[in-house]
Amino acid sequence: MKRIYFDHGATTKVDETVAKTVMEAMLNNFGNPSSIHSFGRTARKSVEESREKVAALLNAQPGEIFFTSGGTESDNLAIKGITLANQKKGHHIITSTVEHHAVLHTCEYLEKNGFTVTYLPVDKYGMVNPEDVREALNNKTILVSIMMGNNEVGTLQPIKEIAAITREAGVYFHTDAVQAVGNMPVDVKDLGVDLLSLSGHKFYGPKGIGALYIRKGVKIAPVQHGGGHERKLRAGTENVPGIIGLARACEIAMQDMPEKVARVSALRDKMIRTILQNIDHVQLNGHPEKRLPGNANFSFEFVEGESLLLNLDLKGIAASSGSACTSGSLDPSHVLLSMGLSHEIAHGSLRLTLGAENTEDEVDYFLDVIPEIVTRLRAMSPLYNNNCNLSIRRSEVCEHCHGDS
Amino acid sequence: MYTEKVMDHFTNPRNVGEISDADGIGEVGNAKCGDIMRIYLKVSDAGIIEDVKFKTFGCGAAIATSSMVTEMVKGKSLKEALDISNKAVAEALGGLPPAKMHCSNLAADALHEAIKDYIEKHGETK
Repeated sequence: MKRIYFDHGATTKVDETVAKTVMEAMLNNFGNPSSIHSFGRTARKSVEESREKVAALLNAQPGEIFFTSGGTESDNLAIKGITLANQKKGHHIITSTVEHHAVLHTCEYLEKNGFTVTYLPVDKYGMVNPEDVREALNNKTILVSIMMGNNEVGTLQPIKEIAAITREAGVYFHTDAVQAVGNMPVDVKDLGVDLLSLSGHKFYGPKGIGALYIRKGVKIAPVQHGGGHERKLRAGTENVPGIIGLARACEIAMQDMPEKVARVSALRDKMIRTILQNIDHVQLNGHPEKRLPGNANFSFEFVEGESLLLNLDLKGIAASSGSACTSGSLDPSHVLLSMGLSHEIAHGSLRLTLGAENTEDEVDYFLDVIPEIVTRLRAMSPLYNNNCNLSIRRSEVCEHCHGDS
Repeated sequence: MYTEKVMDHFTNPRNVGEISDADGIGEVGNAKCGDIMRIYLKVSDAGIIEDVKFKTFGCGAAIATSSMVTEMVKGKSLKEALDISNKAVAEALGGLPPAKMHCSNLAADALHEAIKDYIEKHGETK
């Protein structure tokens, strides 16, 4: 069976030339960049050339790029590093309720350690209102962290508007741009952000490598201690093959970026348009226009997300869902609930994240098989065409979920 | 993550549907939790479950356990049916992932609700 991958928001297949570059580096460029001999010098040169390539993708200076192990570490370093270095000024952080757990759980950790966190609400599209940021700021605020593109529903936040507000207030602004970088234009100067997280494996680079952009002049402290790597900000021998692979992925991302964005967006739009037209009781989650190029997220009423995923997988299609079963907890996605979706609707969410290698044929195949899957599950669902006059003995309190059974 | 048997019952669920003149109907769970299971029973005068159907909103485990319990209970007496536990249903499926044991393994509970509904409507079993 042909396998179709619509889960690029989770991870992407490493580009072949990236893989070859990484392999070559592992075999022939194995020196420690801190060593003074020729092996070390060769590795150092590669790391610094890679830094230039990553900087080029973001329109940053090479000195503003710090390599990390990925998005989670970049978020941790940004948030903990800024709060540690600036706590004399205050203990207040502003973020949103729809952030990735790498940001949310880091903020919750800081709350337990004496910091105050404001979690800004979002509208029905999952969008933060910049005016809410302005109102939440006080003279103790040291950091605002709002993601660029939401990993679940794809909504793009008004980063530029928020950055203008934080800049005026003299407060640092970090954005988790893990879903955006490499998949759409991201220009740190144009956005006006102070810190930005990115991850290699979200745009055809290797896993275990990422970077944090830190604008020159930003006061930040290390959270990982050891040798003086990454200009004393991130101790640990550099992941040289990963860094070289990330840089190659950045170079590839830059090639024909507008064309690639347009192509993926067009496939996404076809998917959204057709689903909304052909299936009843379905809604698009996230903003109708301001969304990540590859992200489509639907809620199919009366059916549950994991059942949709299993059925799609049987048809060879890989996707994801925000249902409780797939979120690894008893509650469905915090993002969907923050947007005001009921638990029922959130349980029936399906996320399809398209990437560069997806074709229109693949999208058509999905559009062909999804209606019958939804119909079949609905035929099985007691919520669909529910006969309310039935005399049924019900046990609604679900002690299995909310008690210790 | 699911056994072959779970996937078999998920892809080819047995006894899906409703019984329009059911003698007992039971439902457990709620949509908030992401699982609702409803069981319909047709019971003979001798107290034997002659027909059983289910409707379920839920994940793979919820659908598979619903299907399994209907298969286990058909032809059984109400007393035998009351002895079927959620655990026994999971075992009949070759096990469930640990995370599913508590949240989606409710099919026997739905069956028991349907039997209680029958008893309420028809009096004690013979």
